[in-house]
Amino acid sequence: MTRLTRILFFLSLWLFGWFLSLPAQAQLEIDISKGNLDPVQIAVPDFLATTSSERELGAQIADVIRADLERSGLFKALDPASFLETQTNIDYKPTFADWRVIKADALVSGRIQTESASRILVEFRLWDVFAGQQLKGVRFATTPENWRRTAHKASDAIYEALTGESGYFDSRIVFIDERGPKTNRKKRLAIMDQDGENPIYLLGGDDLVLTPRFSPNSQTIVYLSYENSDPNVYLLDIETGRRERLGDFPGMTYAPHLSPDGETLIFTMARRGNSDIYAMDLRSRSTSRLTTDPAIDVSANYSPDGKKIVFNSDRGGSPQLYTMDADGKNVKRISFGKGRYSAPVWSPRGDKIAFTRSGGGKFGIGVMDIDGKNERILTDSYLDESPTWSPNGRVIIFSREYRGVDGRREVWSVDLTGQNLRRVETPGMASDPAWSPLLQ
Amino acid sequence: MRRLFFGGAALVMLSACATKPPVVEEVSEVVPVAKPAPEVFEPAPLPPVIEQAPEVVEVVPQANLPIPGSQEDFAFQSGGEPRVFFGYDQFDLSPEARDVLRRQANWLNLYTDATAIIEGNADERGTREYNLALGARRADSVKAFLISQGVAPNRLSAISYGKERPIDGRSNEEGWARNRNGFTNLRLRGVS
Repeated sequence: MTRLTRILFFLSLWLFGWFLSLPAQAQLEIDISKGNLDPVQIAVPDFLATTSSERELGAQIADVIRADLERSGLFKALDPASFLETQTNIDYKPTFADWRVIKADALVSGRIQTESASRILVEFRLWDVFAGQQLKGVRFATTPENWRRTAHKASDAIYEALTGESGYFDSRIVFIDERGPKTNRKKRLAIMDQDGENPIYLLGGDDLVLTPRFSPNSQTIVYLSYENSDPNVYLLDIETGRRERLGDFPGMTYAPHLSPDGETLIFTMARRGNSDIYAMDLRSRSTSRLTTDPAIDVSANYSPDGKKIVFNSDRGGSPQLYTMDADGKNVKRISFGKGRYSAPVWSPRGDKIAFTRSGGGKFGIGVMDIDGKNERILTDSYLDESPTWSPNGRVIIFSREYRGVDGRREVWSVDLTGQNLRRVETPGMASDPAWSPLLQ
Repeated sequence: MRRLFFGGAALVMLSACATKPPVVEEVSEVVPVAKPAPEVFEPAPLPPVIEQAPEVVEVVPQANLPIPGSQEDFAFQSGGEPRVFFGYDQFDLSPEARDVLRRQANWLNLYTDATAIIEGNADERGTREYNLALGARRADSVKAFLISQGVAPNRLSAISYGKERPIDGRSNEEGWARNRNGFTNLRLRGVS
């Protein structure tokens, strides 16, 4: 095995095998083990170009790719100052010896060409330095203004080629932008690229807005808005700007999520103080009630096949996690660890559920199998909550709130394995992140 | 220059020509995402404060007492602020809370033009949606009690703010206790 294939082998073990190898008694331990995987060392020189404007784009694109890959925690982008070879044409093999000397496992050599004022070609080749083989070659055609997305697409292609998993870089995060003191905070719906770039507000900001969630298959979100002091679930199509109140119910509706096909809204309605879960077919607008327990039933969302629902209920005396069939039958409690459990979210891969667990004055993000086995707590702070999954189910982002009068709210990110804990850039304070599916 | 200097590199270049790598894959179009017109990412200006037109009062009220029938009067009759407090993860009304709500009901039964939105609140030690559910229970406890004291149901609505409307920023027992409350948000006729 070459060094790269060896690393990839361990990488796949790390991605797939972690949970299986955990001893059973360790399942409730907080285990934030870091740095026990050597990141793949990758060299990404600035993309080759002819004109000065192309060169600028070439440098920016390489910058974004390096940053994307580094943020994943699986890669170490080597410092361009250490590069020995300066390629002049990416159609020829690189001098692998020069890249081996600086301990690069992989090399991305790219080029930009201008076809017309409004069309550029961005291409790259991904090389296994030790095997001396091309692993991937892709060419993108786009407008010069769209260089940033193109760079994210290139990062996705590199990530996929080296991990066997689809990437998540060409995606966006919707969140609640928060400004002002804790007792008078303005909360406003906003969206940004997954790396924090291009933040824009999606709504005017007159009304309190909470808990945005992406449709798993489109650029549509559902959220809770307090318009006219009448809190209700709304839908917003980000691309067209179409906004719609979903339904007119006798009680406050909240905690929305869309089904995997985007055609069913699952939400909670509070009637006479009692919160129960309902599902509404968005075409026919027919609504069915899925829970009838006098306890709190909230935070429902579907498995990726649409057949099961995970939700939060205090029917057993304290908030715990439950699953049920999509028609509300076959309710099973799945959380049995110490503490209170809430905010469950089914992974897009289908095999895990992320949640918030609290106890001992702390709140942390955890993951468990869909039957509650192999629980693993990934983070721990004064108040970590609201986990959401990356489109490939490998990364969880969540809200972190700090203690005290100045308690900031931030968005943080952690790998499914508990490694690579880091803050996500946001323009101001932020909460309730929700990750989009990959852009088309 | 580099090639002249390093003879070995020239050899590699030659062998590279002989094994030209596979063709780059077909073009995939990267289309721009249609986005709503981007707004400048600045906090929105605060809406202008709606000044409440001062009411003309004929009778000079008693010294330091609020005008009967006013917001201030309602708050005064409620014991300072129309808010009742709850225990951690609880939504049952304490004897003190019932006492306050009886006075609120008396007031509402006197000034029958007024309506109210009962707002349920929770402390920060809970997740956002669970706390919305908890706030809904608290708001309903307050609403149900006011109805039991003779206030017409159609004058009252109940909503939950969960943990989004703290009145005390401290993260300690005192702060949390103040933030677990049911607030009777009075709406006087003609005043929005």
